[in-house]
Amino acid sequence: MYFDSFSSALQMGGHGGFVWSAYLITVLVICCLVILPMRKEKQILRQLEGALKRQNRDKS
Amino acid sequence: MNQASSRIESTLSSAQFCRRLLRRQLVLAIRRPVEIGNPLLFFTMVVALFPLGLGPAPAQLAEFAPGVLWIIALLSNLLTSDAIFRGDFEDGSLEQLLLSPQPLYLSVLAYIGAHWLVTGLLLALVSPIFAVMLNLSTASIPALVGSLLLGTGVLSLLGCVGAALTVGLRRGGMLISLLILPLYMPVLIFGSAAVNAAVLGNPAGPYLAILAGMLCFAVALAPFAVAAGLRISIDA
Amino acid sequence: MGTRASICIIATSMWSFFHKLGSPPWLYKISGSILRWLLPITVVALAVGLAWGLLFTAPDFRQGNSYRIIYIHVPAAIVALAAYYIMALAGAVSLIWKMKMADIAMKACAPIGASFTFLALVTGAIWGKPTWGTWWVWDARITSMLVLLFLYLGVVALYEAFDNKEAASKACAVLALVGTVNIPIIYKSVDWWYSLHQPASIKMTGGSSIDSSMLYPLFWMIASVYALFACCMMLSMRVEILKSEGKTGWVKRLATESNS
Repeated sequence: MYFDSFSSALQMGGHGGFVWSAYLITVLVICCLVILPMRKEKQILRQLEGALKRQNRDKS
Repeated sequence: MNQASSRIESTLSSAQFCRRLLRRQLVLAIRRPVEIGNPLLFFTMVVALFPLGLGPAPAQLAEFAPGVLWIIALLSNLLTSDAIFRGDFEDGSLEQLLLSPQPLYLSVLAYIGAHWLVTGLLLALVSPIFAVMLNLSTASIPALVGSLLLGTGVLSLLGCVGAALTVGLRRGGMLISLLILPLYMPVLIFGSAAVNAAVLGNPAGPYLAILAGMLCFAVALAPFAVAAGLRISIDA
Repeated sequence: MGTRASICIIATSMWSFFHKLGSPPWLYKISGSILRWLLPITVVALAVGLAWGLLFTAPDFRQGNSYRIIYIHVPAAIVALAAYYIMALAGAVSLIWKMKMADIAMKACAPIGASFTFLALVTGAIWGKPTWGTWWVWDARITSMLVLLFLYLGVVALYEAFDNKEAASKACAVLALVGTVNIPIIYKSVDWWYSLHQPASIKMTGGSSIDSSMLYPLFWMIASVYALFACCMMLSMRVEILKSEGKTGWVKRLATESNS
């Protein structure tokens, strides 16, 4: 660990705002890139399952 | 009758076919002189906007003139490129062209050549008037005309790629500029650099040579992309 | 004789692998089993790399702590550029061999590449503020990245404009290939343009002598971001596969199995 304390890690000699905001944006974009397709995949499967159930009910 | 015409078709060489296609495109353009005039009018009007926006100080206008003239040339070329294939796509003659035994590369070059003759060439020829209006030094006018002559050729070729890809779409107008503008950037850089060099008294030759190189490269490759784009648009 | 036989075996197995790549159910299954271990590893590697760069390296003696942004800026920029070539390659494969999965790879690649380009631009701007004093400089590399973003957005816009998705992916493949031919020209001309107009007050950091203690986390992050790109590609390709294969038997079986 380079920094002595938590507050000095936040400050980073006055550049903390820039560094932390850049890392925060990165994490947000990565989360979007990973989580959105996973949710979309589940949603498609659920919709398909619903459609299939409805079809089966109509047939029977 | 049918047989006779087909025999005539088959005896047509590619060069003859290409020449006829070029003449047809030019005749179609000349029948509607307003459409030839529109890009020039657009050019004039935008040139008139710049003194209003930047202020009428002659020195300042002269400083910005090379970039301004090149950007307007680029935009007016972009606005016309949407219409290259549109009419022929709608009346079905484009489909006929794709079915014909002639090499598509040459036919596409004929289309692009006609487009360049009625937009780029005219624009380059009237550009000295606008250069004088924007207070550009007279020594740089040959460089301006030369760079526009070569550069608009590249612009027509690239614009044609965009036109071929979007011709089947109803809302192609805005899209084509999104697709093509990034590709125009090298031409803009070297075109305005040529004029700037001439303004400063340096030789513009090297820049014109690079533009000519780009033109050769684009002539060699762009028609293939256009042909592929046309096939996709017709199939869709 | 032995070598020729083994070459033959390798060639046929490669061909069958290539053939299998074209099959949606196989690709869906294999990507699922790869993601099961690759995704957790990637997330851990990214977390380790980010913490390493953020907290455990010494600051640069000229730029202070703001240089820590390099650990996300540079990997994002590298992967953004590589993604364009991957997209164009997928487009070429789909045009030449009419492989449907290559279409899907190309379609999935465009928004991901655009996100990485966006990330590189934003982190670059944030880095620029403490280093150069402005958020934005019309520097050669920044301008080239901006053009790359435009190229990506052009592909996305063209794809969305077509109603016929098969024609859309072919058109995008042509556009991506045209872009690939143009990228070196654009980069060279922007580079040259910048050297012509270079203002004396702003200089890019002379990063020729970067210390190895700073270099290791950078390599680590580059590798992790490549892994992240692979994960994102597979995730969004799975969505696209499900979308396009919704009417087929194996997807229906999958849908009934997954929720029961």
